[in-house]
Amino acid sequence: MTATATPAIQLRGLEKAYGELQVLRGVDLDVAPGSIVALLGSNGAGKTTVIRILATLLTADAGTATVNGFDLATQPAQVRESFSLTGQFAAVDEILSGRENLVLVAKLRHLAAPGAIADDLLARFSLTDAGGRKVSTYSGGMRRRLDIAMSLIGDPPVIFLDEPTTGLDPQARLEVWDTVKELAGQGTTVLLTTQYLDEAEQLADRIAILHEGRIIADGTLAELKRLLPPAEVEYVEKQPTLEQIFLSIVGADRKESR
Amino acid sequence: MTTHFLPDTTTLTGRSLRHISRSPDTIITTVVTPIAMMLLFVYVFGGAIDTGQDTGSYVNYLLPGILLMTIASGIAYTAYRLFTDQQAGIFERFQSMPIARSSVLWAHVLTSLVATLVSVAVVIAVAFVMGFRTSATVLDWLAVFGILALFTLALTWLAVLPGLTAKTIDGASGFSYPLIFLPFISSAFVPTDSMSAPVRWFAENQPVTPIVNSIRALFAEQPVGNDLWVALAWCLGILVVAYVLAMGAYHRKIATA
Repeated sequence: MTATATPAIQLRGLEKAYGELQVLRGVDLDVAPGSIVALLGSNGAGKTTVIRILATLLTADAGTATVNGFDLATQPAQVRESFSLTGQFAAVDEILSGRENLVLVAKLRHLAAPGAIADDLLARFSLTDAGGRKVSTYSGGMRRRLDIAMSLIGDPPVIFLDEPTTGLDPQARLEVWDTVKELAGQGTTVLLTTQYLDEAEQLADRIAILHEGRIIADGTLAELKRLLPPAEVEYVEKQPTLEQIFLSIVGADRKESR
Repeated sequence: MTTHFLPDTTTLTGRSLRHISRSPDTIITTVVTPIAMMLLFVYVFGGAIDTGQDTGSYVNYLLPGILLMTIASGIAYTAYRLFTDQQAGIFERFQSMPIARSSVLWAHVLTSLVATLVSVAVVIAVAFVMGFRTSATVLDWLAVFGILALFTLALTWLAVLPGLTAKTIDGASGFSYPLIFLPFISSAFVPTDSMSAPVRWFAENQPVTPIVNSIRALFAEQPVGNDLWVALAWCLGILVVAYVLAMGAYHRKIATA
């Protein structure tokens, strides 16, 4: 993770407009291999557009981008071999069972023993009991876990997560965070978008702030904090947050009750 | 990029066939309208219709047109399935994976072919119960299914267009209604020479009439004559045009959506 290593993801001057609306106005970003980078921005800032371009679902109007060293414009097939996308809405097949969804993706990635891969992931994501059930019976958190499990098939070196915890309850959110940290620990590069500041703070090695089509700040949390005047010491009574209360009440049986 | 075309298409076709086997109502709703029409025309109107042809009972005369109606109502589901895949986001997951991209469409097309031919078989079985009889040989049957399969493929590619471009679920499946009723203005229910001149001109120059006449001749073991070539030309023509338009819409969709 040195600055000199070839970036796992590199964007240079990326531009995209939808008709009159200029969404990206020259986005530059480097993501080091094995790191977690959060793309932070408010709704409509263009985060999803960046992800869709990187996922080869959308072509940029101008600029270049590489994923795992492959150029998006000239080597889209190699790019698609290199990443996995978990979109904003769980992209799972509702009519198939959880296990069938995993087998489907393993087959489409042309892997040997898709059944074994599916069983392994079901166990890893605590879905073994639900594996044979139709996905339409799953809760939101289970769907998201299945969605991420589907993205891990084939061990792609790069993973894009577009707002991975939007719409999830606090427990499911923590589970997703744990998964993302575990992935990065194994050397997977993660680029995630989020509008939650605490999510970026919790997960990311580096944070890039996307605002009005440009990256206006990019650095570690410590570096971003230095952009502000030094902290003043104030005395504030420490009240537990509602999240802490919620988790301490229900959190005891977190592992069993999902 | 096309290196995995066959395995990917097989995998994805297996997926959508599984959808159909889990909701057999797809087949049931497809065959309900054609079977209702067949009952209505055979038992209510049929007695008063003089087909003036040596084809035996009216159900023998009627069946080919009913089969085309079955196909037209079956392909509405192709558009529906394609549309819901895009809504569900699974379409984008497939597009972002290292698969042969056209497999996604071909899987829907092959599924449509299988589901529609199953529906056709159900309607033929009902027709047999209602007194349909044929002396057709195995070869004739193969020819009939060949024509029906070609017609299904042509209409399926036509259905891919609204499936990809429609904004609402009704728009995606509604396009098939005119196709379902096209057999009414053809030789499917009554001979065209009983129609008024402009209607007759339309009936004799639209694709349903030569296809119906060819299948009817094959079932009755009569010479198919020119009708077969006109029927094949229509099917291939629609197939090629619809395929080119659908692929164009697909590439626009996945490249610059």
